[in-house]
Amino acid sequence: MTAHGPQTPHTVGSRPSRSALAVLGERVLENLIRLSGVSAIFFVLAIFFFVFREAAPVLVSDSFSLKEFLFSVEWYPTSDVNVRYGILGLIVGTACVSGLAVLIAVPFSLGSAIFIAEFCGPRLREGLKVVIELLAAIPSVVWGFIGLTVMSRLIVAVTGAPVGVNVLNGGIILALMCVPIITSIAEDALKAVPDSYREAAQALGATKWQIVYRVLLPAAKNGLLAAVLLGVGRAVGETMAVLMATGHAVHIPRSLLDSVRTLTANIAAELGEASVNSEHYRVLFLTGVLLFLITFMINLTADLVVRGVRRER
Amino acid sequence: MAREPVAPVDPAVRFCETVAGRRHRRSEALARGVFLTMAAAMVLPLLLLVTYLIVKAAPALSLEFLLDVPRRGMRAGGIWPALVGTVYLVLGALVVSAPIGVMAAIYLKEYARDNAFHRTINMAVINLAGVPSIVHALFGLGAFVYAARFGYSIISASLTLAIMTLPVIITSTREALNAVPQAFREACWNVGATRWQTIRGVVLPNSISGILTGVILEVSRTAGETAPIMFTGAVFFKAVQRGDLLPYGLNDQAMALSMHLYTLSTQVPDVPEALPYATAVVLLGTVLTMNALSIVLRFWLRTRKKW
Amino acid sequence: MSRHTSPVAAVLLIAGLSAGFGALLLPNGCGGGKGPKPANATIQVKGSDTMVNVAQAWAEEYKKVEPGVEVEVSGGGSGVGIAALEKGTIDIANASRDMKTDEIEQAKRNTGKEPKEFIIGFDALAVYVNKDNPLNEVSLDQLSQIFAEGGTITTWSQLGVSIPGVSDDTIVRVSRQSSSGTYEFFREHVLNRKDFKLGSRDMNGSKEVVELVGTTKTAIGYSGMGYTTPSVKMLRLARKAGDPAVAPTVENTLNKSYPLARSLQVYTLGEPEGAVKKYVEWMLSKAGQRILQESGYVPIPHQN
Repeated sequence: MTAHGPQTPHTVGSRPSRSALAVLGERVLENLIRLSGVSAIFFVLAIFFFVFREAAPVLVSDSFSLKEFLFSVEWYPTSDVNVRYGILGLIVGTACVSGLAVLIAVPFSLGSAIFIAEFCGPRLREGLKVVIELLAAIPSVVWGFIGLTVMSRLIVAVTGAPVGVNVLNGGIILALMCVPIITSIAEDALKAVPDSYREAAQALGATKWQIVYRVLLPAAKNGLLAAVLLGVGRAVGETMAVLMATGHAVHIPRSLLDSVRTLTANIAAELGEASVNSEHYRVLFLTGVLLFLITFMINLTADLVVRGVRRER
Repeated sequence: MAREPVAPVDPAVRFCETVAGRRHRRSEALARGVFLTMAAAMVLPLLLLVTYLIVKAAPALSLEFLLDVPRRGMRAGGIWPALVGTVYLVLGALVVSAPIGVMAAIYLKEYARDNAFHRTINMAVINLAGVPSIVHALFGLGAFVYAARFGYSIISASLTLAIMTLPVIITSTREALNAVPQAFREACWNVGATRWQTIRGVVLPNSISGILTGVILEVSRTAGETAPIMFTGAVFFKAVQRGDLLPYGLNDQAMALSMHLYTLSTQVPDVPEALPYATAVVLLGTVLTMNALSIVLRFWLRTRKKW
Repeated sequence: MSRHTSPVAAVLLIAGLSAGFGALLLPNGCGGGKGPKPANATIQVKGSDTMVNVAQAWAEEYKKVEPGVEVEVSGGGSGVGIAALEKGTIDIANASRDMKTDEIEQAKRNTGKEPKEFIIGFDALAVYVNKDNPLNEVSLDQLSQIFAEGGTITTWSQLGVSIPGVSDDTIVRVSRQSSSGTYEFFREHVLNRKDFKLGSRDMNGSKEVVELVGTTKTAIGYSGMGYTTPSVKMLRLARKAGDPAVAPTVENTLNKSYPLARSLQVYTLGEPEGAVKKYVEWMLSKAGQRILQESGYVPIPHQN
């Protein structure tokens, strides 16, 4: 929203002026405000700078190969005989768990968003939105605890898998964590479709379902895509829940019931022990850089898509 | 309005209902049922999980649990140091991020013009919100623990948490400021007030409750974070006196509820089952209560508005 | 406008509260927290997950012995403690393995002091299987074939064991994360420095290993003998196939007949002084060793 400034009136005679201290104070305060305003950029850049700074030396070192880093499954940072830094297993782990989470979450979130936006009365709508907000507030360590205790026993009982902490466990927990964000953004996107679309469709005799399927979903598809993207971003960036619920196995999983380790959990597990400025330490920071870039890309895309929606209104 | 559900059908109308009308009604009921099920599928797990947690935690929950220190190798006793530690960390983060966040939102709403630079700032806020918590931990480790030499301490952990929750305050303050009608501001400018006088005299008083809502929301998010504090200032155990209100100094490390839940469930052997569940319930209860508080505040606000 | 609380007053109130709060904290915290202090000293202890529960029990008990000294305990693995000691940010590092020469060098370079080792107890690294598993003993070589990269044993039938009630008899390997001293010890003494096979479940803490083995019929894992539960059993180990298999017990640990007996140690930077010195001495005293024993470890045999 453009902020129009106060119009300075053309003064003819003298008017009561404010004390110099008041004017100075106001100017200082306004500069503080301006400074705080740019602080967000400052912090994002600072985070990237610090993390990249710790990682950078390893990129130019001879013993480190970026290709091996990205494409090899063998992760042996503390080996006595053959140090290898391959994170492909971790990348696949992150992709599997996040992918499963989004796959599970999207139908339910979309369904809920459609229900809230189109089918429900105002009281129920408020109630559902409160529930979604509370769902979003649950801390990730509590989700991890649920995955470790409740969900793993459930999975072992239902599927007979040998181990209950695996891709399925992590996927379900992450899905429950992503649902609030996808639902609320999808609901915003659906609300943003002008009423004239709905009224026109109704005038042609369409049923509610037809309105949703033929008119609203295509019209809101940008916003819905952004919702899904932001859900993916949330899933990829999650640390504690996957640390406790996925089983920590560094390999390419062979089934949903196999354990994996994600990029985030790997950093959390190994950061403490890497001696500062050792190669292991720098490679972990490099993983952090990779994570930062991935989530940055996702958020950038989602934001561009959403702004496209807002301009249509 | 097209969005309200179709009114119950009057029996007189149903008498002369056409085939198409009946099909229409049935299809709508079906669609409504399908989507209601999907929404319920979200709500039910939440209710079931919370109930299960409370039931499992019941043997250990009591006032004594909150006030007592961990005993017998953390296999008995309470969670007092963790509770207090969380309060310290949250207040520390709040003290830093609330002023900066509120001022940043004021800048973005009241002072910024709609140009590329300010769109970049907006993007930066969204991105800051999306940074994975472990990357925040890396940053906190590199910047506060090592570069600024605060070491492992409450200071490092609070500062890391502050940066992490800054977007929450900025976003909710922005919404609160947006809710103040532009007409208010224009009226002030027309009588010759400067921008700051307008903000101080009219905009802020009308939005302070919305800002408070955002602050409460930030408190609840900060209390639940684990990864950023695990590497900057949270500790497995620290002996404090039962009921001691000020057991930590700023340079000390602290126990925290979220960290305590993590260590109880993964590192302490032979813990009676109720203990980690009880810790989870306390943490969850604190966070959900704060969120509920902010929701109630928002509802109350809406009824109070006179415009 | 006068009906609304003045925002300036609100800001001042919050600022005043924070300042007051900060003022209350500062006298407590402004001392730094490391090194000898007359009152309210803080000792920072970090390191081994195997030892973290003993360390916590010590800290809890020591508060009653010396109320003015506060001990802060963290886990993370022996590697975490040693890394922090190298950087000079903690007072005592717990380790279930020895410090390597390059780690000692690094510590000397960063802090100018040489790490001093104190052995405070002994432990047997036990190999756990589920209680329903019929296997009772195994040789170090077989373990190496199971866990090491390039090892050939992947199913229980290869060991001549059939586990009742399971369809898939692939061995589920439960290991520790690489920050763990237990991991390092196992790698050095069982795998002969070869790397672990990928795909083992690398748990965060000693207790998680035992818990997972306890709930998974086809699992095998290693952890300190103090972490045993009724759902698992510890295997007897033979150094070579054909050697008598020895069970992990206190006597077998002390007389070194158990192949994976190991020492538990703490490291300080240089000779400890003041509060840290008293704490280390207390750990080695009868009171400290009694707590060690209650936690399931083997105390140092007393000379008197």
